Amino acid sequence: MASQEILRGEPSRGSFINDPRIRSLFFQTLVVILLFSSIWWIVHNVIENLQRLHIASGFGFLKSRAGFDISDTPITYTSDSTYFRALVVGLLNTIIIAVAGIVLATVVGFLIGIGRLSQNWLIRKICTVYVEVFRNIPPLLVIFFWYSGVLAVLPPPRESIHLPFGSFLNQRGFYLPRVVWGDGSWLIGVALLLAIAMAWFVAHRARQRQLATGQQFPVFWTSVALIIGLPVLAFLLGGMPLTFDFPKQSTFNLTGGFWIKPEFLSLLLALSFYTAAFIAEIVRAGIRGVSKGQTEAAAALGLRSGPILRLVVIPQAMRIVIPPLTSQYLNLTKNSSLAIAIGYPDLTATAGTVLNQTGQAVEGVFIMMIAYLVLSLVTSFVMNIVNARMALVER
Amino acid sequence: MQEHDMSWVRTEMALAQPAPPTERGAYAWVRKNLIGSVGDTILTVLGIAIVVWVLPQIVNWAFINAVWTGPDRTVCTTASQGGIQPDGWTGACWAFVNAKFGQFMFGTYPVEERWRPILVAILFVALLVPMLIPRVPRKGLNALLLFVALPIVAFFLLVGGVFGLPHVETPRWGGLLVTLSLSFVGIAVSLPMGIVLALGRRSKMPIIKWLCVVFIETVRGIPLITVLFFASVMLPLFLPEGVSFDKYLRALIGVSLFAAAYMAEVIRGGLQAIPKGQYEGADSLGLGYWQKMGLIVLPQALKLVIPGIVNTFIGMLKDTSLVLIISMFDLLGVVKQNFADPNWATPQTPKSGLIFAAFVFWLLCFGMSRYSMYTERRLDTGYKR
Repeated sequence: MASQEILRGEPSRGSFINDPRIRSLFFQTLVVILLFSSIWWIVHNVIENLQRLHIASGFGFLKSRAGFDISDTPITYTSDSTYFRALVVGLLNTIIIAVAGIVLATVVGFLIGIGRLSQNWLIRKICTVYVEVFRNIPPLLVIFFWYSGVLAVLPPPRESIHLPFGSFLNQRGFYLPRVVWGDGSWLIGVALLLAIAMAWFVAHRARQRQLATGQQFPVFWTSVALIIGLPVLAFLLGGMPLTFDFPKQSTFNLTGGFWIKPEFLSLLLALSFYTAAFIAEIVRAGIRGVSKGQTEAAAALGLRSGPILRLVVIPQAMRIVIPPLTSQYLNLTKNSSLAIAIGYPDLTATAGTVLNQTGQAVEGVFIMMIAYLVLSLVTSFVMNIVNARMALVER
Repeated sequence: MQEHDMSWVRTEMALAQPAPPTERGAYAWVRKNLIGSVGDTILTVLGIAIVVWVLPQIVNWAFINAVWTGPDRTVCTTASQGGIQPDGWTGACWAFVNAKFGQFMFGTYPVEERWRPILVAILFVALLVPMLIPRVPRKGLNALLLFVALPIVAFFLLVGGVFGLPHVETPRWGGLLVTLSLSFVGIAVSLPMGIVLALGRRSKMPIIKWLCVVFIETVRGIPLITVLFFASVMLPLFLPEGVSFDKYLRALIGVSLFAAAYMAEVIRGGLQAIPKGQYEGADSLGLGYWQKMGLIVLPQALKLVIPGIVNTFIGMLKDTSLVLIISMFDLLGVVKQNFADPNWATPQTPKSGLIFAAFVFWLLCFGMSRYSMYTERRLDTGYKR
């Protein structure tokens, strides 16, 4: 019988064309051949085009003089510095805007997200309107709105708007009092670090003691006292080395103080308000993802609503929240490249200028890609550590 | 029977009583939702303060003080700025939007040829609406017309140069025309490409798998602007001398590649959510790879990730605004370009123009997200966990 023959012995494949191993080998070889021939073709074209256009190649240009100015420079930079230094300035600006934006977006996003779950009807509606408005508008438009719609039509410096704490707002930006570190102010920094270390130690010991004996220790208030108290003590002991440099109004402009330029301000506000809408949705989904039984069980154990939120709901919600939160942080970092549209000198903007001046498009785009990939990897790495600490510990 | 002995048991049902007055009506609602506790009351007062402070300003600015029509900047400027409004006036300058409306929609597309994009828009709506309404039959034919026939017709209508239509170069396209055409083609290209990349990433062939992984992760790790830079400055270098791409086409390639990488990750999520039994069941029926994927796995997987796919579409529509950085003029680009028009330069112009653009984007994106929620509910047939 034919059926018995099939059951006996090796399964017959009919022909080698139907053998999955041979097929996969064939297709992969085909892909590799196609890939390499197209890479070869592209490289060939690039070399030919570069020779025709007399563009140099290689990264030698990084050592030559940049010759352009950058408006925001966290490290010393002049137009005589090298291209490499210009790119570093751009990278630092990207990191500054990304970190500031992430902090602000997280704070606003958590507030709005919790607000959307509030018992209060009015607060819930206000938060919903915020989320639905900002989620559905391009971030670039929000940047322009702040930049040319709001900040550019503020009064000129002579009629600056006075704000509390001696700060001013006008069309040239936002002026804050600047902290001047006098002699001996290093003591304050040391005291702060020491206080953080001590607070961590206290928390660690208190936890051990609670596990061993069940006795609780007011860790939070002790830490607050340490972190505020020690630096203040150092401040007084060091002879009050801190002074404030307040911005002063002169005839045409404000002098002194700490000046935040409108480019930075509009980029920061736009990016963080835009991302905050997404973070709010993530937070809301996270809190709603904790099943009601958890809250009820905690209540049945006799916990009050504060501890229920702090000890039961939030730790579980964070598990749901952190992975999408990470990708929002990555999005914010990538969106910071929109800075180029209003002239804030971030990495994309400086690399774009370098690319235009030298004509070395391949190297310029390569540097941009590598820098953003590294930034993304670092952010993911940090958030993965946080995630691993938060994750459910299973035996 | 002893029923008549049990005189203490009532024989008729008790009528349902209305809820106590403190638990119903407007007052109970207010007490529950607005002044439930001290903290709640404080929040309510704060919320009312915000609304009372913000809302009249917005209404005043956008409607009551707004200028709706006018020939030039004088209608939107105060007397001290050289206009006709009293000093201290602020209001939206919708007259600017009104005067520039044609440009916002079509860019510098020749005025006498504007019936062509309008015709394309009518065709698009005529094909899209039956596609979106579940009850209308013939979805297959409809999809074929929408995603295959319409792009071809639209291409010849918009570009011209055949059938006696004058040629319109893409640099003259602009406004909403560019925004919508870029995102529509981007959507039509990125979905199949994303499916292929997602299948490739889950393939058992190591080389194909790693190629897909490298592509997806690289594109997802860099900003769209970098991809657009890549498309606008590096693509010309990749091609032999003499061959060159339109700038519009380059932007299209950049946006589609970018969206495809995100789409691939969304679809991979769907593929992973399909239980292994489905794959094995298809194998045991003797289906080949493409039959298995096309008939069994993808229909279920795509259904699961509709919200994610629509979110990617929304993201793409918003991202098309970035093409202004490689100096193309989509809706946002045209609006911004017109701020520089000396005939309309007033302090209110940027705000008004941007709010108009924001409103258009918002309508499109909000509509898409609502439609996706509706589809999600309709297709929720119990596969989801």
